[in-house]
Amino acid sequence: MTSRSLNKKFDKILAREEAGQLSSKGGSRALKKLFNNRLAVVGILLFAIILLTAIFAPLITDADPLKIDLRNLSKPPTAEHWFGTDKTGRDILARVLYGGRVSILVGLGSGIISAIIGVLIGAYTGYKGGWPDIIALRISELFMSFPQIILVLLLVSIIGQSLINLMIIFVLTGWGGMYRMTRARMLSLREEEYVQALRSFGLSTASICYKHILPNALGPIMVNITLSTAAFILAEAGLSFLGLGVPASIPTWGNILNVAQEIRVLQNFWWMWLPVGLVICLFVLSVNFIGDGLRDATDPSQQG
Amino acid sequence: MQDDQNPILTLRDVKTYFPVKAGIFKRTVAHVKAVDGVSLDIYRGEVLGLVGESGCGKTTLGKTILRLVEATDGDITYSSKNEKTNLAGLNNEEMLPFRKRLQIVFQDPHSSLNPAFTIFGSLQDPLKKYGIKSRKERRKIIGDLLESVNMRREYMDRYPHEFSGGQRQRIGIARALSVEPELIVCDEAVSALDVSIQAQVLQLLMKLKNERNLTYLFITHDLSVTEYICDRIAVMYLGRIVELCRAEELYSNTLHPYTEALLSAIPVADLDKQTKRIVLEGDVPSPVNPPSGCPFHPRCHKAIDVCKTQVPDLKSYNANGAEHFASCHLIDLPETT
Amino acid sequence: MPRTQDVALSVKNLKTYFYTNNRCNKAVNGVSFEIRKGKTLCIVGESGCGKSVTASTIMQLLPALSRIEQGQVTYHSDSGDVHIEKLQRDGKEMRAIRGSEIAMIFQDPMTALNPVYTIGFQIGESLKYHTDLSTKEIREKTIDLLRGMGISLPEMRVDDYPHSYSGGMRQRAMIAMAMSCNPKILIADEPTTALDVTIQSQIFELMDKLKAENETAIMLITHDMGVVAELADDVAVMYMGNIVEAGTVDQVLRHPVHPYTRALLKSIPVLGRGRNQDIQPIAGSTPDPYDRPIGCQFAPRCKHRIEACDVMPQEVTFNGTQRVMCWRYKEFLPDAG
Repeated sequence: MTSRSLNKKFDKILAREEAGQLSSKGGSRALKKLFNNRLAVVGILLFAIILLTAIFAPLITDADPLKIDLRNLSKPPTAEHWFGTDKTGRDILARVLYGGRVSILVGLGSGIISAIIGVLIGAYTGYKGGWPDIIALRISELFMSFPQIILVLLLVSIIGQSLINLMIIFVLTGWGGMYRMTRARMLSLREEEYVQALRSFGLSTASICYKHILPNALGPIMVNITLSTAAFILAEAGLSFLGLGVPASIPTWGNILNVAQEIRVLQNFWWMWLPVGLVICLFVLSVNFIGDGLRDATDPSQQG
Repeated sequence: MQDDQNPILTLRDVKTYFPVKAGIFKRTVAHVKAVDGVSLDIYRGEVLGLVGESGCGKTTLGKTILRLVEATDGDITYSSKNEKTNLAGLNNEEMLPFRKRLQIVFQDPHSSLNPAFTIFGSLQDPLKKYGIKSRKERRKIIGDLLESVNMRREYMDRYPHEFSGGQRQRIGIARALSVEPELIVCDEAVSALDVSIQAQVLQLLMKLKNERNLTYLFITHDLSVTEYICDRIAVMYLGRIVELCRAEELYSNTLHPYTEALLSAIPVADLDKQTKRIVLEGDVPSPVNPPSGCPFHPRCHKAIDVCKTQVPDLKSYNANGAEHFASCHLIDLPETT
Repeated sequence: MPRTQDVALSVKNLKTYFYTNNRCNKAVNGVSFEIRKGKTLCIVGESGCGKSVTASTIMQLLPALSRIEQGQVTYHSDSGDVHIEKLQRDGKEMRAIRGSEIAMIFQDPMTALNPVYTIGFQIGESLKYHTDLSTKEIREKTIDLLRGMGISLPEMRVDDYPHSYSGGMRQRAMIAMAMSCNPKILIADEPTTALDVTIQSQIFELMDKLKAENETAIMLITHDMGVVAELADDVAVMYMGNIVEAGTVDQVLRHPVHPYTRALLKSIPVLGRGRNQDIQPIAGSTPDPYDRPIGCQFAPRCKHRIEACDVMPQEVTFNGTQRVMCWRYKEFLPDAG
C-alpha cells in the first residue's frame, strides 16, 4: 500500500492526466527538472544576488574599501556604515562587496581553468588509452598528492604573495580531480556503439573524443565545476585567514575574516566577522545547491 | 544472387587473440582466442549469415574485418575488378579508402547514435570526411538517405531520444549507407528490436540490397531469421567455422552435430513443427581454454575417440551439387578437392 | 470462467499505474487471467505492453512511484484466499508469501544474484527465513537443490560465488533459490532471453520437470512466440496494457482471432518454412505510453479498423476458454471463412 501523501499526489496527477492537462512539451527535460528543484532555484537566486552585488559594488556603496579613517575605528553598524568599520576605520560593507569580486574571481577562475586543463587532457588520454593514459595518470597523481598549504607556503616564501600565484597553485593542485573524472567518463563512453561507428568511418581521434564524445560527458563535469568553485573559495578564505593568500592590501572575504583570529574581536566586535562569514556560507551553500540540482537534473537514472 | 567468380572479401586463417594480463607487471598469462583460424570467401551480392552462440567469435570476426579490432594473424583480402589488397597490413591512412567500402550496422539502437547530436549532426561527419564540402549538399544527401529508409527528411533535425528502437536502427542503416559502401556487416542488427519490427527492418535491408547491389555479412544467433534472408550460412563455435553451406542445405542436410543440436534447440512458433530437443550437456566453454581436439567434443552426443585429440579440418563436401564445408570427423560423404 | 479447484492465482481487472515525472502511465489497464496448478501460462507481448509490470504487481515488487489502481489479485492458497492487492507491500504477510508460496526468477542472471555472497548462502537465506530447518539441514537441502537443477559437483559448487558460475548455471541457481521452499506459483520473467539457445533448452527441460513433479503453476513472460509454442498450456497476448487475446495454446496459436495476434504471428520468420515464407511486418510502431490512442490501443496500426474502435472493445469469451477484445473478432473465426 502506498502512503497517504503519495496516494494524494497520485490522485492529483491522475485527475490532471485524464483532463488532458498534462503533456510532454518540448524543451530540455533537464532544465525543467532543475527549475522544479526548489533548493536549486534558491541556490541560483542567492548566487545571482551575491554575484551581482559584488559586480555592481560601486552602485551600492560609494565608500572606498581601502580608505582608512582613523576617526571611525571599530564602529558598529550605523546608517553611514551599514556593516560598521574595522580596526583601521575602513567601511566593512565596501570591503565585503569589493572583496567578493576577488574571492569569486579566484574561486570561479581557478575552477574553470583547472576544468579546462583537466578536461582537455582527460578526454584525449582517456579515449586513447595505452601509454599516454598511463603517463597522464601518474603525472596527475603527482600533482594531486601535493598538499596545497605547503605549496602555498613555499611559493609565498620564494616569490611573495599575489593573486596570480594563488590561482596558479589552485589550478596546479586542482586540475587532477577534473582530469580523473573526465577520464572515468571517457572510459565508459568510448565503448558505446556510436563511437565504434565513428571509428569505422576513419574519423580522427581528436575529432571523436573532443567533438563527439565530450558533449556527452559534460553533465557531471559542469556539476563538478560548480562544486570545485565552492571549494576554491573556501580554500582562498582559509589561506587568506591565515595570512598566506592574497596580499593584505587587497580585500577578500578571507582576509576580512582574518581579524577574527583574536578572541577579543570575536567577543566584542561581531560586525567585523559575522557578516563576512555569513556571506561566505551563503555563497558556498548556494553553489552547492546549484551543483546538486544540476546533478539531479542531468542524471538519467533519477526517478520523479 | 552471388557472383561466384568474384569474392569481395577473402579471409585466410584469420586469428584474433586478446591477451589476458595478470600480476603487478601485467604480464600476459593467457589469450582469449576469440577467432581461431577462420577462412572463408564472401561473394559479391550475397547475404552470408554468420551464426553462433555467445563466445563463438562472430562479433569479433565482424569487427576484425572492419579493423575495429586488430587481427593477430591471417589475411583479409579485399578484391575488386582491378585490385586485390590485404587489409590486415594497412595503416590508418591507407585504410581510409577501404573504410568507405566496408561498413557496419550495430545491434543496440540505444547506443548506436550519439545522444548529444541531431541526426544531421551525427550523419554529416562521415560525409565531410569523404569530401562533401558543402553543407547544402550534405543536407540533401542525408535527406535522400532518410527517405530511402522510409523516414521523413525533416527527421534529420531531431535528436535520437525522440525515435523508437526500430527507427533508430533505420537511421543506423542510413548512416552506414551514407558513404556508398559495397559490403555491410550487420552485427545482430535486428536482435534488439521487437519481433514485429524485426520484419520491417529485415525487409528494408533486402530492398536496399537489391537497389544498391550490396553484400551483407549478417551476424546473428537467430537461425529462424537466417533461413529467411541468407544465401549461405556459416556456423561458428569457439572461434572456428564448423559448417558453411547454402542456406537450404543447412536446414535440410545438416552435417555438423553442433548445428543439429542448435537447430533442434530453437523454439519454433509453429505447433505442428515441434521436434524432440537434443539437449546438450554442460555449458558453452570459454575461449581462454578451448578443449583439445575438436572444440565441440565435450558436449557432442556423437563424439568418438579421435575427436578428443585431433582438430578436424574444414573440408569441402559435395552435397546436392553445392559446396558444403564442415569440420567433423564423422562425415562420410565424398570430399571435393 | 468457472473457478475450479485447480486455479492457483486469479487476477481480475487489474490496473497498475505509474506516476513518474509527474505524469501518469497506465501501464496495466484492466487485465484478467488465471494461472492453473501444474500448467504454464505464457504472457506474451512486445516491449512496453505491461507484461513485466503484471508480474511485479503480483509479487508486490512495484517501484515507489506506482500503485495498484484497481482490481484484484487473489492467491488461492491451501488455507484460503489471500487478497494480495490489499496487503502492505513489505508487510509481514506479503513477505511470508514471497519466496515460499509465490517465487520469481528474473531475466538477467548476472545481475539478479548478489556477487559478494556465495550461492549457498543466498539459497540458504530463503530457507532460513521461511522454514525451521537447522543450519546443517539447510546446507544439505541446498546441495540437493543444486543437484536437482543439474549442477555438477554441488557439494563443492555450493560455496562458490556467482562470478564463477556460467550464465546457464546462474539461472539454474536462481531457479533453485526460487524452488527452495516449494512454491505453488513460479513467475518467470523472460528467464532465457539473456541465455544462448542451447542453454535455453536445458532450462526449459528443467521447468517441464518441475511442473510435472511438483504441480507448480508457472507464469512465463516472454516475447518469443517459439517459446510459447514449446512450453505454454495457456496463452495471454498483451498489447499496451491489455490482454487482447487469451486461451489455450492450441486455440490462440492455431486460430488467433485478434488482429494483433494474427499480425504478430505473420510477422515472424518460423524455422522450417524456408526462404519464401510470406512475412508481413506490422506497420507503424507502439504508441507513446503518455500519448495513447482513445479506445482500442491497436486501432491506429490495424488493417481492420472501423469507427467503433474508438471505444475500447469489451472482452468476449467464446469456445469455452478463448477470450478476445475486438469488435470484429467474429470475422476471424476459423469457420467464418
